[in-house]
This record gives sequence, C-alpha cells and structure tokens, in this order.
Amino acid sequence: MAFLALIAMAIARVKDLFVAVMLFGIYSLVSASFFVVLDAVDVAFTEAAVGAGISTLLMLATLMLTDRHEKAIRHRSGLAMFIIVITGALLIFGTLEMPFFGMETAPVHQHVAPRYINDSMTEIAVPNMVTSVLASYRGYDTFGETVVIFTAGMGVYVLLKSSKKTGKALKPRVVTAVMHQHMILRIVSKLLIPLILLFALYVQFHGDFGPGGGFQAGVIFAAGIILYAMLFGQNTARRLMNFPFIRVLSAVGVLLYGSVGIVSMLQGGSFLDYSVLAHDPIHGQHLGILLVELGVGITVATVMLIIFFMFTGRYYNRDEEY
Amino acid sequence: METVQYIASWVLLMAGSFFCISGAVGTLRFPDFFTRMHAAGVTDTLGAGLILIGLMLHTHWDLVLLKLIFILLFTLFISPTASHALAKAALHSGLKPMLAGSIKNSEKGESSSKS
Repeated sequence: MAFLALIAMAIARVKDLFVAVMLFGIYSLVSASFFVVLDAVDVAFTEAAVGAGISTLLMLATLMLTDRHEKAIRHRSGLAMFIIVITGALLIFGTLEMPFFGMETAPVHQHVAPRYINDSMTEIAVPNMVTSVLASYRGYDTFGETVVIFTAGMGVYVLLKSSKKTGKALKPRVVTAVMHQHMILRIVSKLLIPLILLFALYVQFHGDFGPGGGFQAGVIFAAGIILYAMLFGQNTARRLMNFPFIRVLSAVGVLLYGSVGIVSMLQGGSFLDYSVLAHDPIHGQHLGILLVELGVGITVATVMLIIFFMFTGRYYNRDEEY
Repeated sequence: METVQYIASWVLLMAGSFFCISGAVGTLRFPDFFTRMHAAGVTDTLGAGLILIGLMLHTHWDLVLLKLIFILLFTLFISPTASHALAKAALHSGLKPMLAGSIKNSEKGESSSKS
C-alpha cells in the first residue's frame, strides 16, 4: 500500500508525460499484486489486464497525439490547497465512526456476506462465488457497469469520429511501412494471436469454475486484436473486423444482458431473476449467468476495440484534418 | 523420491530468484539502454522460467502441471520477443548501443515511435 501511495505521488509530481504513463502501468501492476495478496484473484486478473495492458496502451496512443511534457503551471493556488485540506479532513472525520477495515462486527460481515457465502452453493451451485455474486446476486450492478462501458465507448466514438467518410481507406503512414520489416514480431504474433483469442474464450466460459468471466475475457480478446492491428497495420485490422459490425455488436452485448432480464420478467419472476428461466432454479441460474457473462464479454471487447480504433484512427487522419 | 523432488525444486526456486534479483539490480545499474534491456530480459525469461520449473516439481500429474507447462511455453516465446521489440524500437528511434570506446549515452529515443 505504501508503494501505491508513493507511485501516486510520483505520478502527480512528474512533468514528463511518458514517464507518467509508465508509472500508471506500474501502479496498476502493484495494485494487481496487492489484490492477489488479499486473495481477490478475479479482481487482480481484471486489473492486470485492463490497467497494465489496455490502459497503458491507450494512454500511449493519446501521447502520440499530444506533447510529451506537461505545460508549466503558471500560479500556485492557495485557495485550492485550502479547500482540499478541508475536504480531506471532513472525509477522515466521517470515517472515524465507521468500523475498522475487516472487523467482524461490521454490518457487511454480519448480514450480507454470510448470506451469500452460505447460500451460494445451494441456490446457484456455481463453484466460483465471485461469479455468482457478480452475475446473479448483484446482477443489477453488473448491468449498470456494462451500460457504463457501452456509454463510454459511444462517447469516444461520437467525440472522435473523423469528419471524412468512413468508407475511405486510411492513408498508410511511415509507421505502418516500418512494420513490414518486423519479421520476428509478425511470425511470433501469428503463432500467438489465435492462442490469445482462444484463451479469451476459455476465460469467458470458465468464469464459473475459476477466476474469469466476461470482463477479463473481453479485455483479453480486445488485446489480441489490438496486437494484430499494431503489427499488421490499421487497414488490415479494420478490414478484418468490420467497424460498423463492431459498433452494432457493442450494443448487442448490452441488449443481451437486458433481454435476459426482460425474459425473466415475462416468465413470471422479477427483472434479472434467473431462477425462472429454465425448468428448475439451478439450471435457470446457470443459463442466466452464462448469457449475462456473454453479454458483458461482447460489450467489453467491442468497446475496447472502438476506443483503440478511434484513438489511432485520429492519429492517421491528423494530416487531413489540420 | 519425494525428497529429491523437494530439493530439486528448492534449488530451482533459489536459482530463479537469484536471476530475478540480479536482473533487477542490472536494470538499475547497467550504463546503457541495451544492456539494461538485456538484464530485464534475463529476469523475464530465465528467472521466471526457473521459478516455473521449480513450481512444477511440486505437483503431481494433473491440470495444474499442464497449466504451468503452458505458462512456461508462452513465457519462453513471449519474453525474448518483447526484448526484441524493445531493441527494434530503440534502434528505429536512433539510439545507438554504447560500444567500447564511446562514452556518449543518448537517451532520446525511448518514446516516440509506437511499435
């Protein structure tokens, strides 16, 4: 935890943006190992994939478009410092009344957690309790997360869409020409990318039994395609994954999640109550969790791809716009 | 047989940790970018590989062993490729290796080209 605080302070102080991006990657890596120490392997998996992988990549893609150094701050604001200190003090004062972290008499550990832990196997019968809590007991929250991810993707798409017609092929820049010489990288990635995509599918469907689930699988899938796009040029990647199809797919993921909820309402239960989906509650839960995780995975993968293609497409089209 | 397994795995884990530590020290202390990259590559490939083999000796013939073998295989494929990509990016940006007799140490090229 001390490392995390140190790294955060270093990120705020450093002026060279490239160093800051690398420090963000290191921060994510340290958080992931911190989560492993706390025995939260699913979260660590997601944090490592998203933070140390995709997030660093997207920030580097942004850096290509902007300056490398932060502009100097002209004035020191005493008022801002004062407000921050007051707010911080109030927050700390507010937490003094709360129970200590991990104490057994906290309400979270008395009512909610024992109910989930004790009843998960009998009600849902899925070995990985994280998935059962995420997808079934707390299905609404996960639905909200999926919609947030979808909204973020749509926001990036709407904001960064270039004004030219999308049917035109992107002008190949010097960067892609250099890639043709990268024989070793191309060959190794040709070997590995099918395995990466296969692993993504494995993680997606194995979320019931081990660490995994929709979020991790989506991120890994997107990372595989991004690797392909980086090595073989944006044009081939865009031809491979038809971009309008990807946009539609991201909506399909959220729709899948929502329709599972609607179907369970039509079957007589409440929204996202999976027990009524099949002939008996346990099978209904399994079916519900499977479909819902699939929806999440589809949305996450396609949104990551949309964001990546928007960022790098902006770089390639920069000459024509400015 | 059990003791042999334990001793062998102990030796391998120690060797793996030694290589990891020496890789970390090297990354900090070597004078030039390419030598530092070599140290980091040693940590990735040799250190991680030996630790993985040491861990493999702890399990019987089951799924965990298969997963560890896969991880080892992928690490052996991927970390040298990563070092190669780093070196290629550095050369492409114009960073020259510090050969015997030249003291100049230009650090300008570590960022701009995203390859």
